[in-house]
Amino acid sequence: MSEVQELIVNMGPQHPSTHGVLRLIVHLDGEVVTRVIPDLGYLHRGLEKLAENKTYAQFLPVTDRLDYLAAISNNLAYCLAVEKLLGLDVPKRASYIRVILAELTRIVSHLVWLATHALDLGAFTPFLYCFRERELLLDIFEMYCGSRLTTTAFRIGGVPKDIDSQIKQKIEEFVKIFPSKMNEYEALLTNNKIWLERTMNVGIISAEDAINYSLSGPCVRGSGVEWDIRRAEPYCVYNELDFDIPTGRGVGDTYDRYLVRLEEMRQSNRMIKQAFEKMPEGNLMADDPRVVPPTRDNVQTRIESLIHHFHIMAEGFNPPVGEVYQAIEAPKGELGFYIISDGSPKPYRMKIRVPSFANLQAIEKMCENGMMLADVVAIIGTLDIVLGEIDR
Amino acid sequence: MQLLFDTQQLVNNIQHWLAGTCELYHLPPCLVVTCIAIAVALALIGGFISVNAMMVVLAERKIAGYMQDRLGPMRVGPYGILQTAADAVKLLLKENIVPKIADKWVFFLAPVVVMSPAVMAYVVLPWSPGLIVCDLNLGVVYLMAVGSIGVIGIIMAGWSSGNKYSLLGGIRSSAQIVSYELAMSLAVIGVLMLAGSLKMSDIIGAQQDCWYIIKQPLAFILFIIAATAECNRAPFDLPEAESELIAGFHTEYGGIKFAMFFLAEYANMFVASAVCATLFLGGWNGIPGLPMILPPIVWFLLKTYLIVFLFIWFRWTYPRIRVDQLMGFGWKVLLPLAFLNIGLTGLVMVLI
Repeated sequence: MSEVQELIVNMGPQHPSTHGVLRLIVHLDGEVVTRVIPDLGYLHRGLEKLAENKTYAQFLPVTDRLDYLAAISNNLAYCLAVEKLLGLDVPKRASYIRVILAELTRIVSHLVWLATHALDLGAFTPFLYCFRERELLLDIFEMYCGSRLTTTAFRIGGVPKDIDSQIKQKIEEFVKIFPSKMNEYEALLTNNKIWLERTMNVGIISAEDAINYSLSGPCVRGSGVEWDIRRAEPYCVYNELDFDIPTGRGVGDTYDRYLVRLEEMRQSNRMIKQAFEKMPEGNLMADDPRVVPPTRDNVQTRIESLIHHFHIMAEGFNPPVGEVYQAIEAPKGELGFYIISDGSPKPYRMKIRVPSFANLQAIEKMCENGMMLADVVAIIGTLDIVLGEIDR
Repeated sequence: MQLLFDTQQLVNNIQHWLAGTCELYHLPPCLVVTCIAIAVALALIGGFISVNAMMVVLAERKIAGYMQDRLGPMRVGPYGILQTAADAVKLLLKENIVPKIADKWVFFLAPVVVMSPAVMAYVVLPWSPGLIVCDLNLGVVYLMAVGSIGVIGIIMAGWSSGNKYSLLGGIRSSAQIVSYELAMSLAVIGVLMLAGSLKMSDIIGAQQDCWYIIKQPLAFILFIIAATAECNRAPFDLPEAESELIAGFHTEYGGIKFAMFFLAEYANMFVASAVCATLFLGGWNGIPGLPMILPPIVWFLLKTYLIVFLFIWFRWTYPRIRVDQLMGFGWKVLLPLAFLNIGLTGLVMVLI
């Protein structure tokens, strides 16, 4: 009698569809998956430890490297956390600008998700359609803050730059054409028989399990749980904007999460429109000389301002002693910064709660019930993980 | 025009000349003639396959480019027309790497086993009246028989590479091709019943008044689907499913050996298209009822490349199907429909 053995396959860290350097140890019985064990850490850079050796302002550019597909969301979460620690009031206009850019980032992130998810399931064309629109958004980011991917778009206390008429025009053009582009993606996928076969009833996770696994973002909403931090604990100006929280069909499969993310892109588009209508005039930075450096004009003409500027830039600022946690609804889920301050210009300890890390846990659960090797790829895609933030 | 393509005359002349030469050097004539004839035929077919593959690859990339709102290759030569030539040269110059744990002989043989049936199938392709290497009286059966050899090469490649992904690709391929071959053969039977012959030229002759795509629309659709699966083209490209199995059975292959697999894929695609054009679109016939303006070979190539375009169109539109769905579709949908088609055809033939 020959012995029946399971085939153990190492998917990754170099594999076309593990979205970076994720390694999955997959136990196969023929094509059927019996077990999936994720192995992390190939992109570990020690960002949390790094934070302890940088002043609060210096760490801001590092947050770009967490979820590098949605750098602006990371900037936002970090800035909000530090502002909460300091007790800063950010001007209305700055908050609106933050919301507009954060929602554009959500669209960028979801576009990359849709592109790679479709590519993983073998549909090449939506991939290029999505990247076509993403390019327009990256151009907008470039106009706003000079870089496309690692943006560092905000500052602690506000935003460095106004959305001028040129950028506004670009964004409005995008908002106008985007729904028709969405229809293009949907024409290729939403009712495509093969797409439905590949995504329906694949990677099911019930609402209860989703909560127990502390999933967040589209992954928990895809299971029918109406949980969105923008609604539950509003930050910035989300309580002034009108938006729906999509929850899919309530099955909790890959197709549900697909529908949720598509609808979220539409809702983001809607929010950006509203934000432009409601955006008031006003300052861009908070009025707090402890934290906010003086304006360039003053620095160049007045010695006191120059010293003040040097002081903030070289030494940083001293927040009060205490602990703070601030979470936002990043494109991939709940992104939170937990900062412990001992009163010095550098954080005593910083813990970053990243959505992808929690979401990835569910892969073992989702791969139960006789999923096949091809479904593992679909499930990685639907979790929308970014290894930059998982490994940190 | 007809004379130009009358190869029989040409072959006779060559034979005559060769016989004379053999007598001069006291060689057994039939052996030499056969050898040279085979060499010439192989050279012609090999040349056609390479040139055709290069053209189709370029066309595919350009068409994909336009479908996806981009330009496709643009750098090598004007509008990138030399891109595939450059790729071919690159592949030829690459280092020949064999994995340490590979089964060396099988590993080397696999590309040859995949390539040879693709070449063999060209023997019965009816290019134009008279221009057919060998008009076998069971041409269609020969095609089906030869077409099923290629899968052995794929399994050999998957097995011998010593790579789990390759092995999975090989297993998938065997399951897929065996299932879809059945549906394909059964789809063809409808046509054969109408034509009453297995000979390619007879089937074309029977379509002078009405193409079989009109009399056998269901068989045509079944055939196209099964042929897509047979050629491992998307949405049925499971054996080499890029996002799951890296490159499936040819993961470990590089350089010229990879090029062989690549050539075989495109050669097979051309054969499938040519067979489809012959069986359903009237082969070298023009459009029934209209004067035949173009020479028959142009008609044949036109129809063939139309089907090739169809294959390309599928690839850039559909996601990939999953392996259990693939088998389910083959056995539960295509096969019963093919039987239904045979039954209906028989019924109609008896009644009319």
